[in-house]
Amino acid sequence: MLDTAFFYAFALLVLGGALLTITQRNAVHSAIWLIVSLIGVAGLFLLQKAEFLFAVQIILYVGGIMVLFLFVIMLVNLDEAARERQFRGRWWVALGCLALVAAETAYFVIKGRDAFRFAPRPETPASPLGNTEQLADVLFSTYLLPFELASVLLLVAIVGSVVMAKKRI
Amino acid sequence: MPANLFPAPVEIFRFLPEIILALGGTLIMVLEALTGDRQPKNALGHVSLAALFAALVAAVAVHGSPGPAFSSMLLVDGFATFFRVVVIAVGILTVFSSYRYLSREGANTGEYYALVLFSVAGQGVMVTANELIMIFIGLEISSIATYVMAGLLRDDARANESALKYFLLGSFATAFLLYGIAFLYGATGTTNLTAIRETVLRADGPSPLLLGLAAALMLVGFGFKISSAPFQMWAPDVYQGAPTPVTAFMSAGPKAAAFAIFLRVFVTIFEPIGDRWEPIIWVFALASMTIGNFAALTQSNVKRMLAYSSIAHAGYVLVALCARSDIGTAAAMFYLAAYALMNVGAFAVVAYICGKGEKYVGIDDLAGLGSRRPAVAAALTIFLCSLIGVPLTGGFFGKFYIFKAALESKLIWLTVLGLLNSAVAAYYYLRMLVVMYMREPGEATENLEPLPAGLRTALFTSAAGVLLLGIFPSRILEFAVQSAKLFGR
Amino acid sequence: MQGVPLSWYLILSAILFALGVAGFLFRRSIITVFMSIELMLNAVNLSFVAFSYQFKQVDGHLFTFFVMVVAAAEAAVGLAIILTVFRNRATLNIDEINSLKY
Repeated sequence: MLDTAFFYAFALLVLGGALLTITQRNAVHSAIWLIVSLIGVAGLFLLQKAEFLFAVQIILYVGGIMVLFLFVIMLVNLDEAARERQFRGRWWVALGCLALVAAETAYFVIKGRDAFRFAPRPETPASPLGNTEQLADVLFSTYLLPFELASVLLLVAIVGSVVMAKKRI
Repeated sequence: MPANLFPAPVEIFRFLPEIILALGGTLIMVLEALTGDRQPKNALGHVSLAALFAALVAAVAVHGSPGPAFSSMLLVDGFATFFRVVVIAVGILTVFSSYRYLSREGANTGEYYALVLFSVAGQGVMVTANELIMIFIGLEISSIATYVMAGLLRDDARANESALKYFLLGSFATAFLLYGIAFLYGATGTTNLTAIRETVLRADGPSPLLLGLAAALMLVGFGFKISSAPFQMWAPDVYQGAPTPVTAFMSAGPKAAAFAIFLRVFVTIFEPIGDRWEPIIWVFALASMTIGNFAALTQSNVKRMLAYSSIAHAGYVLVALCARSDIGTAAAMFYLAAYALMNVGAFAVVAYICGKGEKYVGIDDLAGLGSRRPAVAAALTIFLCSLIGVPLTGGFFGKFYIFKAALESKLIWLTVLGLLNSAVAAYYYLRMLVVMYMREPGEATENLEPLPAGLRTALFTSAAGVLLLGIFPSRILEFAVQSAKLFGR
Repeated sequence: MQGVPLSWYLILSAILFALGVAGFLFRRSIITVFMSIELMLNAVNLSFVAFSYQFKQVDGHLFTFFVMVVAAAEAAVGLAIILTVFRNRATLNIDEINSLKY
């Protein structure tokens, strides 16, 4: 019961935040609403016992990526842009998009969980370890290679952003 | 527990080409910092070439010990080796054709060569991946490096715009791909391709509906990455605005790698619901060929024309996918190899002609190339003939095998419409040949500099490759046919 | 044992994804367009975690973790690209950044 109440509260944050993100005139306001939405997602992670991801979401997304966004918004002067027309004249795409989602949502609601027939899989015994420990176990054994490759990815991103943003190389 | 923290030597060996490329890229970054600001950076390009050649040798050597590695994250098989060689070869040709262009634009920096290496490493990861996480990370390494390469000339407004569009549409596509992966994970409970295939083939497997949803979302993601219609709108702008050697690179390397994972995922995992996606791919293939070829007819900019033609070529490869047979997969592999060579070659010629600031990229600027630079003109003729599909070139056999596979799978209409499309395509390629040989030299060809050594190597190698594929196709095709039996199908 | 069924999470994630797509298609400011992509990625993460919770596995969590890493890398490069565009053109309106001709 309490779960359901929390779900509704966080879902409201997520959707409200998202809706305001894409409709706000001022980019800073959009960013703030995006943060609200991201915090809602973090809450939903917590509700599903993903404590590690909850922390990463707050630290990395809200604390890192969004601050980066805010910095860039302040570096570029968007006062002019806020006064312009905000939407592109493609309302038919909008309607198509919304119709698609409405259909998808309706389908899920009507069929409920029966719409999913999952393949049976062996029962994994409940682990006595906490979420973070479990993640670390898998991350440093099975998923070691992607983990190492992520470092290459970050190196590429560092090189890339320096190449793009530096005044001259 | 930590027993498998230390991978076996053979596992590291199976990942060797990517290790060499990533280390090479890092080394170049270090060397870049050590060399002075004003020194020419060609030496760093040579280092990147050395790394690429080493990786090429490693990729061929690794073929001797096929099998999975790193808890089945990777799978070295014939398919992986084939595409590894293709993407590394594209990297080599790109570096050869970049030297002169970059120094002309004052952007001959070590970062460029490092990014080429990283991007090729990412593509290598993609084509060997046996796990959706690996596919995703490889794709992102390759894409992020390519976004930056597209925007390398930071003061050029066209390059900026190209990088921005490439980046926004690329991220958009990635989000779709990821959503599809999420549903695939939801349907099967695993992200390992081998395990997914086992689950999907079981009688009590996941519902086709959920698989279909995953396939549809992933199709959107892949559609963007391979620039097939109806997701092709970014390609002309991005290809036109990017520096020409980068255009050559991104129209061949990342595209071939994206096609490789597209084939691997759709031919293996989504095989059970093949009846559902085949009509969609059918439409995509026809739309790509038609839109690409007819839009190319009206272009006056060579780069933009080649961009539309690359959309059309994506359509031909989709025809092979539509055939849903091993021979179709093999034909797609062969075609992608030929396509990579001829496209890089054609763009390398443009990189030679275009002059500082890419002033001369119109089709009319080719006028008189035949009399002023007969060797370059001959190379371009070979590439264009191959793009048309004239016999004795790789493009001919590529198209031949694709349409043969399509006919064997009873795709009569698609074959007919595809062949009609090839005929339309011949018109705009031939127009280039006519301008090149029949017209008097113009401003662009009068002031051509002598052909630099790097470009000469790139042109000669890709022309030789195209002819080789055209005259002795059987060995490559045999290899492709053997490799096309993915997962022991 | 669980109060909220999986399908609710999936519906929420579908709506969030659609809002992201809508934002990507309609907004003219590049920064907001980019924020819409972040919304889409969060929708994906939500699906992964919901499935993972359903299966009592951590594989989905790992995927989410990698998605976040990639999102950070993409944000760094993307915002750098946006900065260079702004430096050259002094506008971040998508419809005005359309100089390439056919």
